[in-house]
Amino acid sequence: MVSKMGRKDKGGEHEIRRQAEQFLPLLAKTLQSGDSRDIDGAAWGDLRHLLSEISRARAQQGFSSLETASFIFALKEPLFDHLRQALVSQPQQLADEIAATSSLFDRLGLFTIEVHQKAREQVILRQQQELMELSTPVVQLWKNVLALPLIGTLDSSRTQVVMESLLQKIVETGAMIAIIDITGVPTVDTLVAQHLLKTIAAARLMGADCIVSGIRPQIAQTIVHLGVNLEDVITKATLADAFLVALARTGSQISFDKAAD
Amino acid sequence: MERIPILRMGRLLLVTIQVDMHDRLAMALQDDLTSRIVSDGAKGVLIDISALDVVDSFIGRMISNTASMARVLDAQTVVVGMQPAVAITLVELGLTLQGVKTALNVERGIKLLEMERK
Repeated sequence: MVSKMGRKDKGGEHEIRRQAEQFLPLLAKTLQSGDSRDIDGAAWGDLRHLLSEISRARAQQGFSSLETASFIFALKEPLFDHLRQALVSQPQQLADEIAATSSLFDRLGLFTIEVHQKAREQVILRQQQELMELSTPVVQLWKNVLALPLIGTLDSSRTQVVMESLLQKIVETGAMIAIIDITGVPTVDTLVAQHLLKTIAAARLMGADCIVSGIRPQIAQTIVHLGVNLEDVITKATLADAFLVALARTGSQISFDKAAD
Repeated sequence: MERIPILRMGRLLLVTIQVDMHDRLAMALQDDLTSRIVSDGAKGVLIDISALDVVDSFIGRMISNTASMARVLDAQTVVVGMQPAVAITLVELGLTLQGVKTALNVERGIKLLEMERK
């Protein structure tokens, strides 16, 4: 069985042996306790729990679903050998037993694959959330001026996070101007534009004006072709331009030292 | 019957909404506010909603209507102190209070009105 598992380096032979030692007695006990072969039933609760744990641990270690399920399927052949020896004189019963055992192990194997898949999905979901939090920084550029560099696609759940962090920062810093830089947004469709307008409207309700900057030429064309109305919003091509407007609005000035040029 | 107090600060009126609004209270506020604008000759109105944690479409519309009424009487209205959660709710409800001025807090609101008058 161990040889069939492959990837000995990850789980280790010892680990697999230990898991099999837990699994097999439990399987025997479950089968003896009742004749139900329905693995969703209450009698199979302990076994399902054990399999879930094994499966989840393997998902986290980076095993593929195939490798996880082969823990179950690898048990088939030794069991069939055992049955063949025990029922050598009764071919009819042997066939029945092999069919029943095979279908039981198939179901157990599919169950482990399902748990494995779910565990992987959870990992992906967690990573998505972490990515979302990482990718929405709100930075203070100047007194009363915030910048919100957006990177990546703007979907509804992300808009929510962006909006919340922006509004929170407005309250904290008392900012009057927020520059939303969309240089890192690959495409702008009507939905993204609507999300942008929502964020701008929410900031306005908090008493802060928004400037949208970093609009690339293609995106400017798309916006017009789609008929998105950005006329009430100040738009600038670059963050530097937007920053100058923000400074003028807040009554600040920067001057350049000609000697240093 | 309970009423929402209207405070006078020079030529400005300050309305602080701190209780749950219902329609009778809203009507009474609109009555009081419009008559005070006329009697005091107010040029600006500040509606402070910093104490409101939740809003619904009714309050949103009420605020927007009150602001429009004040504007008809030649008094600029600024809604101040909106909480982030309230702002998000109003945007989701589609009530962006178009035409109503907004400010982060009362101080900013006063500044805004002073700048408008100049």
